Amino acid sequence: MNEKMSMLNDPAVLREVIMDHYQYPRNHELTKEEGYRSVHMASDSCIDDITVQSKITGDIVEDIRFDGVACTIATASTSIMTELLIGKTKEEADLIIAEYFRMIDHQDYDADLLDEAVAMQNVYKQANRIKCATIGWNAMKQMLEESERQDV
Amino acid sequence: MIDVYKIREDFPIFRNQPDLVYFDNGATTLKPQCVIDAVSDFYLRHTSNVHRGDYPVAAVNDRLYDGTRAVIARLLNCGEKEVVFTHNATASLNQVAYGLGKNFLKPGDVILTTQAEHASNLLPWYRLQKDYGIKIEYIPLDKEGNITMEAFEKTMHKGVKAVVIAHVTNVLGSVQPVKEIAAAAHRYGALVAVDGAQSVPHMKIDVKDLDVDFLSFSAHKMCGPGGVGVLYGKYSLLEKMEPVFMGGDMNARFESCGSVILKNPPVKFEAGTPNIEGVIGLRAAAEYLMDIGLDNIHAYEKQLRSYFIEKMKKLDNIEIYNADNVYGPVDFNAKGVFSQDAAGYLASRNIAVRSGNHCAKILHEVIGTDSTVRASLYFYNTKEEVDLCVEACRDISVENAIGIFF
Ligand SMILES: Cc1ncc(COP(=O)(O)O)c(C=O)c1O
Repeated sequence: MNEKMSMLNDPAVLREVIMDHYQYPRNHELTKEEGYRSVHMASDSCIDDITVQSKITGDIVEDIRFDGVACTIATASTSIMTELLIGKTKEEADLIIAEYFRMIDHQDYDADLLDEAVAMQNVYKQANRIKCATIGWNAMKQMLEESERQDV
Repeated sequence: MIDVYKIREDFPIFRNQPDLVYFDNGATTLKPQCVIDAVSDFYLRHTSNVHRGDYPVAAVNDRLYDGTRAVIARLLNCGEKEVVFTHNATASLNQVAYGLGKNFLKPGDVILTTQAEHASNLLPWYRLQKDYGIKIEYIPLDKEGNITMEAFEKTMHKGVKAVVIAHVTNVLGSVQPVKEIAAAAHRYGALVAVDGAQSVPHMKIDVKDLDVDFLSFSAHKMCGPGGVGVLYGKYSLLEKMEPVFMGGDMNARFESCGSVILKNPPVKFEAGTPNIEGVIGLRAAAEYLMDIGLDNIHAYEKQLRSYFIEKMKKLDNIEIYNADNVYGPVDFNAKGVFSQDAAGYLASRNIAVRSGNHCAKILHEVIGTDSTVRASLYFYNTKEEVDLCVEACRDISVENAIGIFF
C-alpha cells in the first residue's frame, strides 16, 4: 500500500477530503463547447439537482464537468469522480465505477483503484444518502454506456 | 391545557424509541394505542369485506365503516353523506380536480391557487390545464406565504371558477383566511376547494362556518392509519360530480349495452374494496383527537411553537423563514449548510426532521431558497424535545454534517 493510501485510512483525512471537495469542487463549471454529452440528474432525487458533462473521444474520457445544487455528499462524490476518471480509458473508467458501486453497496472493494473516493466508504450506513453518493457517478455511467452504444 | 406527559403514554412508540425526537409530523404522525387496537382488532377479531356479506361479522364492519362517517361529520360539522372515504389527501384532491374538469369547468375558465401549494394540490390542476384548456393563476403571497384579503381581491375576477388552496400550507404553516376567501369567491360564483391535510389534524374545522365546497385530508397525518383519506363535499356538488374510479360497490346496476346507474354519494366515489381497517382506525383517531379537543391541541402547539421559535432566533447560525407566522412548522436553514446535510446531522442526534422542498416545488419563487429544514410539531411533542433540537441546531455545521459518516 502506498503512502497516500495509508493516509486514506485515517477518518480525519477522509473527512478533510470531503470537506475540501465540497468547498472547492473540481471541474465545477459547465461548458458550451461542442463534443460534450450531458446528463441532468433531477429525476432521481428531489433535492440534489446536478448536471454532469463529459467529453469522450475515441477510447478516452477527456473531460468531465458538473454543476448544480447539492449536498456535501453529492457534491464531493461527484467532484472526486471527475478527478478520478478524467484521462482514463473507457474500460478503466467502467472498472472504477463498478468498484465504487461495490463499496457503496458495502461489498469488498479495491481501495487502491478508488483513491480519494474511499472517503464515501461509510455512506452505506445512511441508506437515504446513497442516492447522494451515486448521483454524479450514475450520470457518468450513463454517458459511458451511451458512448458504447453509439460506437458500434 | 393538555397534559402532554399523560398523552405520551398513549403512544407506544415513545416506549419503544425512548431517544427519538419526532419532529416530522407534517409528513406523518405517530399512532396512539387506540388506533393500533382498532386496526388490529379488525385482523384479530372481525375480518370481512363491507357492503357484501350476510353474516354477523360483515354486519359489524358495515356498522363500523359506515359509522365512521358520522364521526367525521362530527369532526367537520357536516352531513354524514358528505363524507367520502378515499386513499389519501392526494386521491381526494385528484377527485375534486377530475370532477370539476369533467362536470363544472369549460376551456378558458380560471383556477386560482398559490405558489405555496403541495404538489398534490397543483399537479391535478396542471393536468386540467393540459387536458381541458383550463387556466391557472396565482394569488400573490407575502414573504411568509400568507394570502392577504387585499391580494385576493386584486387577483379574483369573473373568469375564476374555482379557488383551490391549502388551509395551512405544509412548508411555512401559513394559516390562510379560508372563511373570508370562500365568502369573496362565492360572491363571484366560484367554487372553493380546500386542501386540509395540514389543518384538519391541528385545529377545529367547521365546514359550515367556513362555507367551503370541498375539503381534502389524510388520516395518517392525524394519528390515523395510512392509506385512508377523506373528501368532504357539499352534497349537491357531489351529486353532480363524476367519480374518478368505476367498479364494484359504487354502481347500482348496469347492462351489457354499457348503461350504468351509479349509487348515490358518498358510495359513488368508493369503487372497489375500501381500506376498511384504515377507515375504522380513522374513526378511533378522530374520536381520540376530539376527546383531547382540537382547540386544546391547537393552543398547545401554538405555545410550543413560539417557545421553539424564540429559542431558535437566539442561534446565530440559523436562519428562520417563517418566524412571524404564529402557527405551523419551523422552517429554517443553518447558514452555509445544505438542508439535507443539516437534517442528516440532526438525525445523528436522534432528531427526525425533513429537508428539501417538501413537495412545494414552486415555493422558492416566494421565499428565495430552494430547500429548507422543516421541524413540524404535534400535540405530543414537549419543551424538553424542543430544547434537545435547539441544542443540536446550535451544532449544525458542514464539518459536523460530514462527521456523521465517520
Ligand atoms: C398540504 C398538503 N397537501 C397534501 C398532502 C398530501 O397528502 P398525502 O400524501 O397523504 O396524500 C400533504 C402531505 O404531505 C400536505 O402537506
